[in-house]
Amino acid sequence: MRNSINVGISDMKIAKNDDILVTFALGSCIGICLLDSVVKIGALCHIMLPNYPVNSTAKNENVLKFADSSIPHTITLMERMGCKRHRIIAKIAGGAKMFDVSGDSTFGNIGSRNTEAVKDMLRKMQIPLRGEDTGLNYGRTVYFYLDNGSVEIKSYSKQTKIL
Amino acid sequence: MPIDKIEELNEIHLDVLKEIGNIGSGNAATALSCMLNKPIMMDVAAVKILDFNDALETLGGPENPVVGILSKLHCEIEGMMIFIIGKDSVENIVSTLLDMDSVNYNNLTEIELSAISEVGNIMISSYVTAINTLSQLDILITVPAISIDMLGAILSVPVIEMGSVSEKIIFIQDNFISDEKNISANMLLVPTMESLNKIMVRLGIEL
Repeated sequence: MRNSINVGISDMKIAKNDDILVTFALGSCIGICLLDSVVKIGALCHIMLPNYPVNSTAKNENVLKFADSSIPHTITLMERMGCKRHRIIAKIAGGAKMFDVSGDSTFGNIGSRNTEAVKDMLRKMQIPLRGEDTGLNYGRTVYFYLDNGSVEIKSYSKQTKIL
Repeated sequence: MPIDKIEELNEIHLDVLKEIGNIGSGNAATALSCMLNKPIMMDVAAVKILDFNDALETLGGPENPVVGILSKLHCEIEGMMIFIIGKDSVENIVSTLLDMDSVNYNNLTEIELSAISEVGNIMISSYVTAINTLSQLDILITVPAISIDMLGAILSVPVIEMGSVSEKIIFIQDNFISDEKNISANMLLVPTMESLNKIMVRLGIEL
């Protein structure tokens, strides 16, 4: 029996071997699938916002909520479990613009800002991006199969995609 | 002490929101009844403060297909309102409004979408009018934007746009009955914290 593990919003899970990591209904959030296929350890991060707030008055913000803090945090944990940085690859999905508010072109741009922030951080950490399904205007559910590294993307109105 | 987070709302604050909910729902029922030209019955509105994850469960899970209609609020109150209706209610509204026998949710025509959008507009305006009547604060709303998608993707919009403040959502649940058809509607009230404080002060709550 393969384990299917749910990843919530502002959340991250690490799994092994032939587990399946799932995150439901990404809107402008982004699901980041990371895998070291040699040791068969993978992670799925579900981030909401691009950058960890500097000078935030709120103490102890959740590092898993932001692209620029969730990715380094997750990679450190993966390395502790035996992954090697140079073997880790990434696939990403999400970053949609769910509503088009007329007369307010900036509303909902957080999706594309999230996508940029994720790609920036992956570049900084030298993690190659091997597949992406981002942008446009619909929600996505991500199934990340660790045994072969494939990412299945389901949506309400579009055909299922495989990355 | 001004309210910094939705978590800090107490019983008195909730009562204020309930009153806004009741008046808004009353306005909405009247408007819907005029539009449908039919009597409408309603239950007392339920106002809840929910965690993102609890809100997802309450509305049928993250992948539940729903219609979301969003308007931004401007002027003396800033924020947004989102009206969320599920598949059954969408079919009931459209079939009643356009006098059709059956409606296919998976293949809504332009006129059907426009009808739903208009209902959303009326609902949002009804609540905005309620807030305005009680608080005397001027509020402008944008033309409604519509999205048909998975609940989780739509519900994440207010959390993200207001993301740095709180992951709690103010929820007003309404139940309307017309022609023995049930329409359950959910209104998400997402004011900025500053605006929420303004409303409370105007309604005589000492902060």
